[in-house]
Amino acid sequence: MASVENISGNLQTGDQPVVKADPKWAIMGGVVSIVAWLALVPLVFLIYQSFRTPGTARKPAIWTLGNYFEAYSSPDTLLLFANSVQFAAGTAILALVVGTALAWMTERTNTPLKPLFYALSIIPLIIPGILFVVSWIFLASPKIGLINLALQNLLGTDKVYVDIYSMAGMIWVDGLHYAPIAFLLMTAAFRAMDPSLEESAMMSGASMWGIFRRITLKLAFPAVAASFLILFVRSIESFEVPALLGLPVGIQVFTSAIYDAIHSYPSNIGLAAAYAITLLVITMGGIYFQSRITSQGGKYSTVTGKGFRPRTIDLGRWKYLTAGIFLVYALMVVILPFLVLLWSSLQKFYSVPSMEALRNVSLAAYVTIINYPSVGTAVWNSFILSIGSATTVMVLTAVVCWIVLRTKIRGRFLLDQLASIPLVLPGLVMGLAIMVCYLTIGGGIYGTIWILFIAYVTRFLPYGMRYNTTSMVQLHKELEESAAMSGASWFTSFWRIVLPLLKPGLLAGWIYIVIVSVRELSSSILLYSPGTEVVSIVIWEMWQNGQYVELSAFGVMLIATLFVFVMTAQWIGKRFGVKET
Amino acid sequence: MLTVKGLNTEYPSQKGPPVKAAQDVTFEVPAGKFFTLLGPSGCGKTTTLRSIAGLERPVGGEIVVNGRTVYSSEKKIFIPPNQRNFGMVFQSYAIWPHMTVFANAAFPLEVRKTKMTAQEIREKVMRVLSAVALEQYADREATKLSGGQQQRLALARALVMEPELLLLDEPLSNLDAKLRDRMRFELKRIQRELGLTTIYVTHDQGEALALSHEIAVMNEGRIVQVGTPREIYEHPRTKFVADFIGTTNFIDGTVLGMDTATGRWNVRTPAGDMLVHAVQTLAPNMAVTVSIRPEDVEVFEEAAPAGSGLNTTSGMVDQKVFLGDFVDFQIKIGEFTLLSRAHPSMRTPIGDKIHVRMNPEKCVAIPDISSARNAA
Ligand SMILES: Nc1ncnc2c1ncn2[C@@H]1O[C@H](COP(=O)(O)OP(=O)(O)OP(=O)(O)O)[C@@H](O)[C@H]1O
Ligand SMILES: [Mg+2]
Repeated sequence: MASVENISGNLQTGDQPVVKADPKWAIMGGVVSIVAWLALVPLVFLIYQSFRTPGTARKPAIWTLGNYFEAYSSPDTLLLFANSVQFAAGTAILALVVGTALAWMTERTNTPLKPLFYALSIIPLIIPGILFVVSWIFLASPKIGLINLALQNLLGTDKVYVDIYSMAGMIWVDGLHYAPIAFLLMTAAFRAMDPSLEESAMMSGASMWGIFRRITLKLAFPAVAASFLILFVRSIESFEVPALLGLPVGIQVFTSAIYDAIHSYPSNIGLAAAYAITLLVITMGGIYFQSRITSQGGKYSTVTGKGFRPRTIDLGRWKYLTAGIFLVYALMVVILPFLVLLWSSLQKFYSVPSMEALRNVSLAAYVTIINYPSVGTAVWNSFILSIGSATTVMVLTAVVCWIVLRTKIRGRFLLDQLASIPLVLPGLVMGLAIMVCYLTIGGGIYGTIWILFIAYVTRFLPYGMRYNTTSMVQLHKELEESAAMSGASWFTSFWRIVLPLLKPGLLAGWIYIVIVSVRELSSSILLYSPGTEVVSIVIWEMWQNGQYVELSAFGVMLIATLFVFVMTAQWIGKRFGVKET
Repeated sequence: MLTVKGLNTEYPSQKGPPVKAAQDVTFEVPAGKFFTLLGPSGCGKTTTLRSIAGLERPVGGEIVVNGRTVYSSEKKIFIPPNQRNFGMVFQSYAIWPHMTVFANAAFPLEVRKTKMTAQEIREKVMRVLSAVALEQYADREATKLSGGQQQRLALARALVMEPELLLLDEPLSNLDAKLRDRMRFELKRIQRELGLTTIYVTHDQGEALALSHEIAVMNEGRIVQVGTPREIYEHPRTKFVADFIGTTNFIDGTVLGMDTATGRWNVRTPAGDMLVHAVQTLAPNMAVTVSIRPEDVEVFEEAAPAGSGLNTTSGMVDQKVFLGDFVDFQIKIGEFTLLSRAHPSMRTPIGDKIHVRMNPEKCVAIPDISSARNAA
């Protein structure tokens, strides 16, 4: 009868005996250990590796500061740093400007085509980064780029108008690629901003410009600054763009330098680790300042729970201009890239559009892809990995969130921080850390598909946390407490009350993680081995082999599949999800 | 039936000492009675109720229900809430939005240890649903109920488990005034019919007086008085209780001595000397506050018909407010202003002389805390 526990897991009254047998503690303990292992251990190994010499059969590895010395003594490092910052800042600014303009247009103006645009905004998310880069190479490379060719034909010159293989080109492609994220971030910011604050300024007699400068900008500042930092961190972590556009012309940033150090012969993992730690410090700084701004922004937060009356500005005739901007954006981000892939997939050999090429249209590349030896394995691997890691992440983080939000266990906030650590790890750095970790401790995981699974679960833990936290804070505590009062055990109430009520959030997070898992390249590229390729790796290899046509066919199929998947999942979610309460 | 002894519950606070939300809470509820915890916002009512439920873990004390100790700091016993078999209705109702009305009410039966057949569950649930007049909504989604219906569903869910104890946390506070009145009667009827021992939390004194067999008035984490509604209303033991429940006149005074003819204490006040009812023992020269309800201050235009041992005096009408069911007079007696609530037929104009009569039984003398301590 003296069984002891508490719905709120109140552990601080340590003088009371605790019954160990309760499965609740076993589940919670297990989850906490898994998260701690995933988030911390590889990081420790990475730091360790950065202080070791490369070990060979004859010379065992020893402690050294040489890696850091090598990384920092070279004048190239300064250039590397400058390149990285220039690239990341440029990308972030471009994405932010585009995203903010689009968000303002959809949220605060009467631009036509708004609903259509909103639906369209999700599509860029399903185009894998590597395909986006490749399609822009087809569009804007100096030799084969369609834009150059079209202009040359039109103007009768052979001048190169745009060159994607340059810093500007890198910023252009990556900036466009991150614009949808900036759009989503800024849309949320505009929605949280109560228009009545601007209206009351207007009633006090301020001019339009005065309102914009003294109210709107001030209110939006935290959101803009936080979004900039998020985008900066994302772009400094980018791998596809620097690898495909920068490396061929010798523009190196940290991510491509890490990749180079590992793939040079003999591979220098210690040096890569030293670069990785530097990159990590930069991203950590970015995330730190971003969270500082966001938490200070609390006083600016104008979310009152009351629905704002959306006030839209009547643009008059200008609305055709803004609608035009929508179309140009859609053209740049979705339509042109997809069309150019589609075009090249229908050729036998890559060639630019012409009447002659049109006559050669064939489906041969698709046939090749279907019979391509590694494609079947890769598709199967990606399928298993994305479903498996999405499910694992969502369930794990549901329990973690529950512990953080619902118990009074000491140190529960640390757990939240712990699960957010992977956020600061660039994909390539995470791949490196996991590689070093499982190569060192052995256990036969390296070289199997499990190492990719571990990488994906770790990488996407923070996304799961975000989706679960948002939906769990909305879940009134009393809903669970009334289950306990009804006599339900912890497990029953978690299974029958908490999880079903979180279903919409769980499903949304699950879909998102499935998509990003399929797109994942930067961790996988260090962890795959023959037999455990995933789809993004196959695309990468095809690019390296110059199989552009096959790559395009595969890309078109992949985008189509992801599109169908997202639509189906959303339809299922609407149909069978929990009705709005 | 329910015994709570020396209950202490604390909440850890970010900085500084923990919040002592319930301190030394002690009371007893006999079987089948309706017991109310009443007090202002933040006084620890919910904390006390949640401690009984097992949703908070107290730091000290003992809770015994039907001879079963569910919590004891001394014996290190803490029964988790899901093994206590208490029904609870939450302030937010906590209706599960992903289930139908029936599924909500059936949940407690489905999760209990002793398994029941679907048929048994169905019968039980339907019986309870019809007791709260929801049987025709059984298959409806729970979110598609009105506020009052949700409240009844929450009650049904608590009742279906045939709880040993029914715990209610301000269940009527989310309803509009009309519905609240109706549900108050419903609640009283159901509780009396089923004979359920009930602990009810509210900050609404009217609700407490109307529903309860017994009331515990709480302030700042402590119980300040326990008694029947009539006792609490007529004979408050502290200024706080007198003030919190209803409106009252407070008259500061000093005890003169015992009046030999009536056996009552005589108190000198700015409104004249008066005989009083004492709840606690008094002593001469003690500083006291006399509390008298406005409706117990009788007013007359002619000299009051003197009864034996009644306090009489006279004053001047200073203000009056007509409120329909009654008239409030503010009467100046010397420097003192006394509030009286009279029948609307009283029409004495402002500035006229008016006679006042107060039954000593209703003039409750409450010792001032400092002087009470000195006398003790
Ligand atoms: N989870 C908590 N953490 C810290 N302090 C708390 C917590 N819950 C309540 N308190 C504090 O404990 C005291 C008592 O709170 P309680 O909820 O019991 O009041 P109440 O009498 O039910 O008030 P109300 O009528 O407003 O519901 C308050 O001072 C409150 O601020
Ligand atoms: Mg309360």
